[in-house]
Amino acid sequence: MHEDNAFTAAVSLILSGDAVLGEIVRLSLAVSLTALLVSAIIGLPLGAALALARFPGRSFLVVAFNALMGLPPVVAGLMVYLMLSRSGPLGWIGILFTPSAMIVAQSLLITPIIVSLTRQVVEDLWGEYEEQLRSLGSTRLQAIPTLLWDGRFSLITTILAGFGRASAEVGAILIIGGNIAGYTRTMTTAIALETSKGDLALALGLGIILLTITLLLNAAAYATGRIAQKVAG
Amino acid sequence: MNVMRYILVAGALALCSLPRLASAEAFITVASTTSTEQSGLFGHILPIFKDRTGIEVRVIAQGTGQALDTGRRGDADVVFVHAKAAEEEFVKEGSGIGRREVMYNDFVIVGPGDDPAGIKGGKDAVAALKKISASNAAFASRGDDSGTHKAELALWKQAGINPSGDWYRELGAGMGPTLNTSAQMPAYTLTDRATWLSFDNKGPLEVVVEGDAKLFNQYGVILVNPGKHSHVKAEQGRAFIDWLISKDGQNAIAEYKINGQQLFFPNAAETQ
Repeated sequence: MHEDNAFTAAVSLILSGDAVLGEIVRLSLAVSLTALLVSAIIGLPLGAALALARFPGRSFLVVAFNALMGLPPVVAGLMVYLMLSRSGPLGWIGILFTPSAMIVAQSLLITPIIVSLTRQVVEDLWGEYEEQLRSLGSTRLQAIPTLLWDGRFSLITTILAGFGRASAEVGAILIIGGNIAGYTRTMTTAIALETSKGDLALALGLGIILLTITLLLNAAAYATGRIAQKVAG
Repeated sequence: MNVMRYILVAGALALCSLPRLASAEAFITVASTTSTEQSGLFGHILPIFKDRTGIEVRVIAQGTGQALDTGRRGDADVVFVHAKAAEEEFVKEGSGIGRREVMYNDFVIVGPGDDPAGIKGGKDAVAALKKISASNAAFASRGDDSGTHKAELALWKQAGINPSGDWYRELGAGMGPTLNTSAQMPAYTLTDRATWLSFDNKGPLEVVVEGDAKLFNQYGVILVNPGKHSHVKAEQGRAFIDWLISKDGQNAIAEYKINGQQLFFPNAAETQ
């Protein structure tokens, strides 16, 4: 593949129905979406609990999660690497250089984003509905499911922010996955590889494909949100 | 606490949902260098090996220093690198066993075509480095403890120069990124021939010095010591090493070419 133009490279890659490209796209989506699911399952309830619960050290946790939104991927990657390495404490699991390990690393990166943004959404909703919920006899913690459900449309953006971080990230999965051809090579690590090989057109072509996929996913999420909002009245 | 329990259950569920992607197929993990991976050599020889043995080889392409460290930690079964002294140290300290030499290629000095240091066409790598230093022409160093970086430092040592100053730029990057940067500066740099031939963004760079015996670049393969890391797949790792130095493996290496140029020269027979 030696196209001079990135768009030509992107288009001819897609048109050729390249099996390798298909596998790379599939793995990228599988890793990022699974990490997103894990993070949402942990982050949504945790964020809501952090918004409503009152306990010593709460402010510290809020600041900590906010700060972790800026956790450099390469640092997260290194931390997971040292944990999962055969010489590390979790080495016995033997999942370094596998997609599972990449999911762990990306979950570590996205969970703080979901926790922090969810906390903000739920805090605002609690401010709005506190009296109403209290008059119904609800305590702060009992209000969590209600408020999460009520804030579901705002929380879609939270989820999308998490997905954006996961799908755009290269630093962590490069260390954790090892960029193994046909096994742990994703869109972003393939782009990094083609850049090092000096095939800039192909690298940018892959970038265009990645952006297009991200755009389509976001459009789908937006449309789903709009339709659901209409149905909900 | 209701909420805590919910969170714990959710966390447990999340951990269980991690896909179990362990394949039923036999595979080994090989820590190797960017030159073998990015030149396309592995893309050529690994399918042949898999065809013969059914063993899949998963390659992590790193600098030689990092690849040896990956082996040292037990995160690979085999290391396939190019820095003889560091490899022998790796064996001596007990991290690896049974080092075998597989093939060689050579390093070349590349630089801008207008040749500010006036070294084009030379054969003596050490003399060329002396001239680069004397003329303060920009030189880009890998600076990443890779095999190429070690080779470069050895050449400076032979030149009796401790490179420093504005002209000497340590990039801390792989071979490809270093070539990308050198093409833009532009700067002289030391590269293995395989990466150079398969590199697509050469810009003003061209080969200026080649053919010095000092630029010889030997690749060796080592099994990570299963006595130290019991999970190492010794049998399959050994099968890979044995195949690389067999007639079949050596032929596969020799027949890999880019634009008609052979990239790696098998020499397992001569060196054992």
